[in-house]
Amino acid sequence: MATTLMQGADAITEAAINVGCRFFSGYPMLPFTPLLESMAKQMGKRGGVCMNASSEIEAVNMALGAAAGGARAGTGSCGQGIALMQEAIAEAAMNEVPFVVFNMARGQQDYFQCTRGGGWGDYRTITLAPKDVIEAVEHTQLLFHLADTYRAPVILYGDYLVADTFMSVDPAAQDFGPVPDKDWALDGTRGGTGASRLIWSWDIGKSGRPGLQPDGQWKKVADKFDAVAATEARHETFMADDARYLVVSWGTTSPFVDYVVEELRADGVAIGAFRPITLWPFPEDALRAATEDAEAVFTYEINAGQMLDDVRLSVTDRHKVKALGGVSVDYSGMRQGELLSVGAIRSALTAAIAAHEAARS
Amino acid sequence: MTLTPLATDHPPEVASEKVAPFAPPLQLTEEHHLCPGCGHPVAWRLLMEVLSELGIENRAIEVVGHGCYTGIAAMADIDAIQVLHGRAPAVATGLKRVQPEAVVMTVQGDGDMATEGLHEILHAAARGENITAIMLNNGVFGDTGGQMTATTVLGQRTKTSLEGREPANHGFPIPLADLIGTIEGAAYVARGAVNNAGSIAQTKKFLARAFETQMARAGFSFVEVLTMCPTGWIIPTASGPDYVAGTFEKTFPVRQIKSALG
Repeated sequence: MATTLMQGADAITEAAINVGCRFFSGYPMLPFTPLLESMAKQMGKRGGVCMNASSEIEAVNMALGAAAGGARAGTGSCGQGIALMQEAIAEAAMNEVPFVVFNMARGQQDYFQCTRGGGWGDYRTITLAPKDVIEAVEHTQLLFHLADTYRAPVILYGDYLVADTFMSVDPAAQDFGPVPDKDWALDGTRGGTGASRLIWSWDIGKSGRPGLQPDGQWKKVADKFDAVAATEARHETFMADDARYLVVSWGTTSPFVDYVVEELRADGVAIGAFRPITLWPFPEDALRAATEDAEAVFTYEINAGQMLDDVRLSVTDRHKVKALGGVSVDYSGMRQGELLSVGAIRSALTAAIAAHEAARS
Repeated sequence: MTLTPLATDHPPEVASEKVAPFAPPLQLTEEHHLCPGCGHPVAWRLLMEVLSELGIENRAIEVVGHGCYTGIAAMADIDAIQVLHGRAPAVATGLKRVQPEAVVMTVQGDGDMATEGLHEILHAAARGENITAIMLNNGVFGDTGGQMTATTVLGQRTKTSLEGREPANHGFPIPLADLIGTIEGAAYVARGAVNNAGSIAQTKKFLARAFETQMARAGFSFVEVLTMCPTGWIIPTASGPDYVAGTFEKTFPVRQIKSALG
C-alpha cells in the first residue's frame, strides 16, 4: 500500500477517478469549493468532464444526465446548495439513476437533510459519514459501488475537516466486487430496433412494452430501500465492551469523542463509544444490542440534536438517552465552534455521568 | 373555416388510398392521447420523420420535459428520459458530455422551457452545448388546463389572465428564439409553426438543419415550433391555425434566425 499526503478534497477526487468517476458538476460554495476545484483540475486530464454549473439545480441535473448515459458521475455542494438539489435527488431515486452527492457541510450540520431528505415520495439516500480523510477515500469508492449496486443516488457526508485536512492516504481503487450491468442506460443505439429504452420515474414504458407504471415503480423503489435498510447499515464501536455508559456520535465528531472515551477509561470510567458509519440506513439493531446493558446512553452532536430521533428509535429504553453537545459554530458559519473540542466533550460527559450517579444514589 | 367538398358527378375509378400510412417511422402506435386540434402531434411526427430521414434514429436520445407532449416519449422507438420540469437542457448536457456520439435533443413546451426552465436553456445555449433543443410553443400550460406562461401573447386569454394578458399586470411575453439568437454559443436558431401545410414543410427543414448542426459539432441548435392548443386557448378549436397566423406570429415571427452552417 502506497500512501501519499493529500488534502481531503484532492484525495476524494483521486479516489473517485480511480473507480471510474468520469463526470462531475458543481457550483462553488464553501466548504465544497476545494472539491469542485480539484475535480476541475483533474477530470480533463483523466478523460473525464467537470462542469462549473450555473446553479446547484443545473449541477445535479447534469450529473443525472451523465449517469443516465451510463457514466459514473458525481455532484455536490454544502447543505444549503444540496437543499436546492432535493427534487432531483428524489427524482433520481425514483427513476433509479445512480450518482454520488458530496455534501461538504457547513457548521449547521445536515443530518436531517441527508437522512430524511426534502424530495418527494418513498425514497431514501444511503449516506456515509467518514470520520476523517482516510475513511472519506474508502467511502467515496464504496459509494460509487453502492450507487451502481442499488441504482440510487447516494451521499457522502463530509465537512471542512474532511475537505481541508491533509492526511496520508492510498486512493488506489479498492475492489468491492461486481456491480450489475447498466442494462437501463441510454446511448441511443437502440432507436428503431424496437428495444429503445425509456427512463421515467413513473415507468410508463414504451407502447406495446408497458413498464411498471407509477404504482408498480414506486412500490419497487420502496421495497428496494427496505432491503437496503436490512443489509447495508454500518457502524463502529470503541471500548464499548462492558460499558456502563455509551456515547453515540457521528462523522468528524467521533474521533474527538473517542479520544475522551480513552481518557475516561484510563481514569476508570466504564465508558464506550458507538458511531453510525451509515447515517442512513441507521444501524438500529447494532445500537440496540450495544445499549441493552448500558445504564445511560449519551449522544454528542455539534447541533441541536439531529441524530437524537434515530438513537431514541433504536434504544429499547429511550429514557436512558440523554442529548449532549449543541449548536456550536465559529464566526464564519463554515466550521464548528468550541463544543467540538476534547475539553468541551470531557466536561459534558463528566457532568452527565456525575448527574447520573447522583440520581442513582 | 369550412371545408368545401370536391365537385364531382361520378365516383372515382379506383378506390382512394391514404397518400402515406398514418404512423410515421419510429412511432410505435397510431394512437395518441392528445386533443383533436392540438399541434403537438404534427410537430412530433415531423421530428420522427427527420430522425428517420437523417438516419440518426440509432444515435438519438430524447430528453423530454413535463407537458402534454410528455407521454409521446413512450410512443417513439427512441431512447428517452423523462426529466424534471425545466431541467432538460442540464440533463441533455450530462448525457451529451458522456455520450458524444449520440444525437441528444430536448423536447419541451413553453411552460417547461421558457417559464420554469429559462435558466437552464440560456446557459446551455451560452455554453454552445452541442445539443438540439426543441420548444413546442402554444403560449399556455396546456397540461394543467390553460394557464399563462412566459410566452402567452398580449391580449391572450388564459385561466390566469381571463381578461387577456396585459403588460401592466402580467408583463410581456419572452420571444425565446429571438433571445437565443443573440447568444454567441447558439449556432442554429429558427422558429417554425405547424398551422398549415407550408409551415409544416418549413418546420421540418428547420428541424433537419438543427440536427445537421449538432452532427457537424457546430454548437447549440434550437427550434421553436408554434403549435395550437384547442383546450387552453379560449377560442373555437377550428380557428386555432388562424390564431397562430394572425396573432401568435405577430409576436413570434416564423423564420430562420441564425445558421452557422450557412
